[in-house]
Amino acid sequence: MYNLIGAGLIVIGGGIGLGQIGGKAMEGIARQPEAAGKIQTAMIIIGALLEGLAFGALILGK
Amino acid sequence: MDQLLNDFSPGLFFMQIIILIILIVLMRAFAWKPILGALSTREEGIQNALDSAEKAKLEMQNLQADNQKLLNEARAEREAMLKEAREMKNTMIDDAKTEAEAQASAMIAQAQAAIESEKKAAMAELKSHVAGLSVDIAEKVVRQELSNKDKQLALVDSLLGEAKLN
Amino acid sequence: MVIAKKSIKLLAVLFMVFGMFTVQAENDTPQHGDVSGNQVDTPEEINSYIQHHLKDSHDFHFYTDNSTGKHYSFPLPVIVWTSEGLKTFMSSAFHHDDAGHEIVDAGGVKLTKIHSKIYELNPGETEVAFDEEHHATNASKVIDFSITKSVFGMLVTGLIMLLGFGALARGYKKGNTIPKGVGRVLEPLVLYVRDEIARPNIGEKKYKKFMSFLLTVFFFIWILNLLGLTPLGFNVTGQIAVTAAMAIFTVVIYMFSGTKDFWAHTLWMPGVPVILRPILAVIELVGFVIIKPFSLLIRLFANITAGHFVVMSLVALMITMKASFGPAASTGMSLILTLFIMVIELLVAFLQAFIFTMLSSLFIGMAVEEHDDHH
Repeated sequence: MYNLIGAGLIVIGGGIGLGQIGGKAMEGIARQPEAAGKIQTAMIIIGALLEGLAFGALILGK
Repeated sequence: MDQLLNDFSPGLFFMQIIILIILIVLMRAFAWKPILGALSTREEGIQNALDSAEKAKLEMQNLQADNQKLLNEARAEREAMLKEAREMKNTMIDDAKTEAEAQASAMIAQAQAAIESEKKAAMAELKSHVAGLSVDIAEKVVRQELSNKDKQLALVDSLLGEAKLN
Repeated sequence: MVIAKKSIKLLAVLFMVFGMFTVQAENDTPQHGDVSGNQVDTPEEINSYIQHHLKDSHDFHFYTDNSTGKHYSFPLPVIVWTSEGLKTFMSSAFHHDDAGHEIVDAGGVKLTKIHSKIYELNPGETEVAFDEEHHATNASKVIDFSITKSVFGMLVTGLIMLLGFGALARGYKKGNTIPKGVGRVLEPLVLYVRDEIARPNIGEKKYKKFMSFLLTVFFFIWILNLLGLTPLGFNVTGQIAVTAAMAIFTVVIYMFSGTKDFWAHTLWMPGVPVILRPILAVIELVGFVIIKPFSLLIRLFANITAGHFVVMSLVALMITMKASFGPAASTGMSLILTLFIMVIELLVAFLQAFIFTMLSSLFIGMAVEEHDDHH
């Protein structure tokens, strides 16, 4: 039960983080379309790091 | 976490490490080395081709500049030659003119001198002629005077007229 | 880049077609039962079927015909290290049993298999007993070097890579500067890994040393991920032992190729008050030795496992929803949803390979970086 609540919290946190990354990346691309490739790569890396964090927490709580 | 550790199979871990090492070694020997080598040689080839093309372009430009220079020089030379020729022509014409003038004036002078001498000769002859005539006239006049004064005058007139006609 | 994108598109289309087959094939597998041959139609059975699939197995099982009780599968060799030494036999000796009923006598040791794990029974025992925490009380686990389905998958992948890239390499050796056939697809991918992953992250001077590892790992993960989406039912990159081995490779590589600068900055950070330096050193060391590889291995494992779980759950939707929507509607819904998730899984298959390689090269880049500015 508590595991599930914890998992929910992790997902909320991760979702907010991913949303921020994605949103800011979109803004960045809209502002500077020529830097889209670099922004995308950086976005994916940061997303992956965040994902690792969230998965780590999920696994630890399991 | 517990379930994860429970799922962890040391045997599979070991097999994976062995397989991955063997795979990396094999791929390195049979695939990655030749592929990356070929790719970098190809890229170097392309780079070299681009460089030489750039170089050729530069040389071409130099050559064109040289050509332009040569052309300009040739043009200048032609100009100079033409100018020289023109000058030469002018001097020649001038020389010819002055020479012709000198010659002409010399000829004129000669002609004048000849005319003068002819004139003098003619005058001298005329003078002697006139003197002779005068003597003749005077003789005739003197002869006529003795007979008739009117006739003398008529005679002088006719003689004069004769002399003029002469 | 345009060529790379094109060939990736082509590959995606190819595997999408393949993926559709997967859906259809897996559509009927749950109905035909799990390894023990029972009909799968209650949620509990579906769940246990999925759990079984996510685990490694000792034989290559396609499906079971329930009407005749026939198993369509082929056995794989079992190699185990027991208290009596190394024992080998074919997995057919277990007769498709996965619940510890069949006991194999392999030269003096009694072996039995429960949930894809082989246990060595203590002398005189006939069945494995478990305590409350799921630890066996009268049997011990053996170290299992078997050619399991995952190992088989890895060998197949290795073979595919050797054949494909070997052909490309031979093409170059023959003097073709432009590759032909399958090489046309593979060359842009190699270039992609080199120019988009290794070069910018490791640096122009040093990337060459690590190319073999990065390329091998990239294609290894990608091909295994894609194999996992086929009806063959591999779940290799969803095995935590496999991802752990690869993460440890990365750690060993960046630890051993770390420059003096890297170690100076890790262990005795310049420009920071001396009191803080040991604390920072501990944080950095924990980061490099534990957190970074842990996040690498967990990410790949969790993504692939979750992907398989979602796909199989959606396939199972047609059984669980049959009662409320009728067979046609539940099948249609399941097909459409599975197709949708399958497309995403194809992207994830590539993305996870890309991210693993990308982060590996990023960490290697941190380790080999030369600091020009001394603070």
